[in-house]
Amino acid sequence: MASSHGAPPVFKNKIVAWIDYRLPIFSYMEKEYHTFPTPRNFNYFWNFGAIATVMLVLMIATGIVLATNYTPNVGMAFDSVERIMRDVPSGWLIRNLHMVGGSFFFIAVYIHIFRGIYYGSYKSPRELLWILGVVIFLLMMATAFMGYVLPWGQMSFWGATVITNLFSALPVVGQSIVTWLWGGFAVDNPTLNRFFALHYLLPFIIVAVVALHVVALHQHGSNNPLGIDPKGPQDTVPFHPYYTMKDGFGVTIFLIIYAGFVFFAPNYLGDAANYIPANPLVTPTHIVPEWYFLPFYAILRAIPDKLGGVLAMFGAIGVLFVLPWLDTSRVRSATFRPIYKWFVFVLVIDMFVLGACGAKPPEGFWVPLSQVATVYYFFHFLILLPVLGKIERPLPMPASIADSVLVKKAV
Amino acid sequence: MASSSIPAGAHGDPTRRDFLMVATGALAGVGAVAVAWPFINNLNPAADTLALASIEVNVSSIAVGQAITAKWRGKPVFIRHRTPEEIKEAEEVPLSELRDPATDKSRVTDSAKKVRPEWLIVIGICTHLGCVPQGNKPGDPRGEFGGWLCTCHGSQYDTSGRIRKGPAPLNLALPDYLFTSDTLVRIG
Repeated sequence: MASSHGAPPVFKNKIVAWIDYRLPIFSYMEKEYHTFPTPRNFNYFWNFGAIATVMLVLMIATGIVLATNYTPNVGMAFDSVERIMRDVPSGWLIRNLHMVGGSFFFIAVYIHIFRGIYYGSYKSPRELLWILGVVIFLLMMATAFMGYVLPWGQMSFWGATVITNLFSALPVVGQSIVTWLWGGFAVDNPTLNRFFALHYLLPFIIVAVVALHVVALHQHGSNNPLGIDPKGPQDTVPFHPYYTMKDGFGVTIFLIIYAGFVFFAPNYLGDAANYIPANPLVTPTHIVPEWYFLPFYAILRAIPDKLGGVLAMFGAIGVLFVLPWLDTSRVRSATFRPIYKWFVFVLVIDMFVLGACGAKPPEGFWVPLSQVATVYYFFHFLILLPVLGKIERPLPMPASIADSVLVKKAV
Repeated sequence: MASSSIPAGAHGDPTRRDFLMVATGALAGVGAVAVAWPFINNLNPAADTLALASIEVNVSSIAVGQAITAKWRGKPVFIRHRTPEEIKEAEEVPLSELRDPATDKSRVTDSAKKVRPEWLIVIGICTHLGCVPQGNKPGDPRGEFGGWLCTCHGSQYDTSGRIRKGPAPLNLALPDYLFTSDTLVRIG
């Protein structure tokens, strides 16, 4: 219960008090997840950090259990996955949870990133919080890429070949780097084995960076839909029970949709070609990455130059790192930025267009379309944001969060 | 985490809030078990392991006096076709001399209660510390009692697989087995 802010909690239970005096986990939980003052005007977009955390835990739990039955050897990997699906008790369920879970983890994180972009959560003093988030995103992409190689299907093998080959674009050292990554002269057993080891490792690095991300968040507290700092207790509510319950509700709805896919359409978001065992001598007609990589894949292919495409693809994530400094507006939330707001929606549509382009073979009108979409992406971050911040006239903002809620109450 | 519930209605009936809290908590508990179950069940033996839980051995090629070692559930199983002398020896041992008393008849009865004294089927793991005793292959030392000799610490078993000398506390274990015909035995 929200007691006076700042007073150290006194625990009636003697065992709890004994432990807490020596290792203050109970005071920590009490301060950071119970009484922690949180803006009272969160909308459901603020659920997705918690949802992403739940998905991370779920992926680690299912992944470790899968690892008890998976064999990272080119002669046995595909069969070990099929054995999990057919022979291992509940194996089909654990595998589907992990496979669909990867996609839903990205869905949660993309919505979480959208929230950050729309409401200006990357602005001071949360620049480092945002950068840590981009680091998590990069680690997730590396983890997902390596994880997809493990079943050793056609897409696993050829996706690995294409993406590792990207590094050959680097001048002078490119091919040596690729040979070093492969551990050989092509994607083969050494590659599969090391990808398994790293795929097991990286999620725990992600956990560590998530911990830093949350510590950075708690330093100045959460942003809110108005982008106005809380001015006092009238602007906030204790995290528990308000947001524990709201997050619990949001997580439940998310899990219901997730379960719908796990039980009724587990392969909908995947590629059927990955149920063909990998054949190094036959390339599939279309090599397509998983949906969450499609926009970046489209950017890669939009530039006709090999090195240019690689630089553009990495650059697309690079601009995210410097976003706090690209956006010059002193107003945080798009709610009060009438022009910027529409450009955010254009960016979202642009991402969907890029995704569609990434899924198609690079022929016909898809080529110029992907180029236009790529140009808009970089225009948005590198030109629009710096300029708009200077010339846009923001809407009048309420004096405080409480004011906006109290004045708006029509009931 | 410190308890945070608003004090329940101290006087009178539990409130609607109390009911909701308890009901949600109970359902969350059921949900947690439902989620945990597949993860725990996952570690149970898989279908391919279970398929090998029971094996069928054709014993027609084992001559009198010969023995074979079959693999069952990852363990060696000694199947010995006993000679009439070996059977007589086993039957004549007084129970008072045995560390782990058991009649020879009880050790050659299958799960359909049929006695076949010429077939001794035991698990070939010494009951001391788990080595595989010698005595199954021709030329193996069999110890003083004609059965098996465990060279790890010197346990000796007789022609019925019973412990007679050495540190092992129990007789060689008996698996469940059934002769589905005169030449086919299903173990496990």
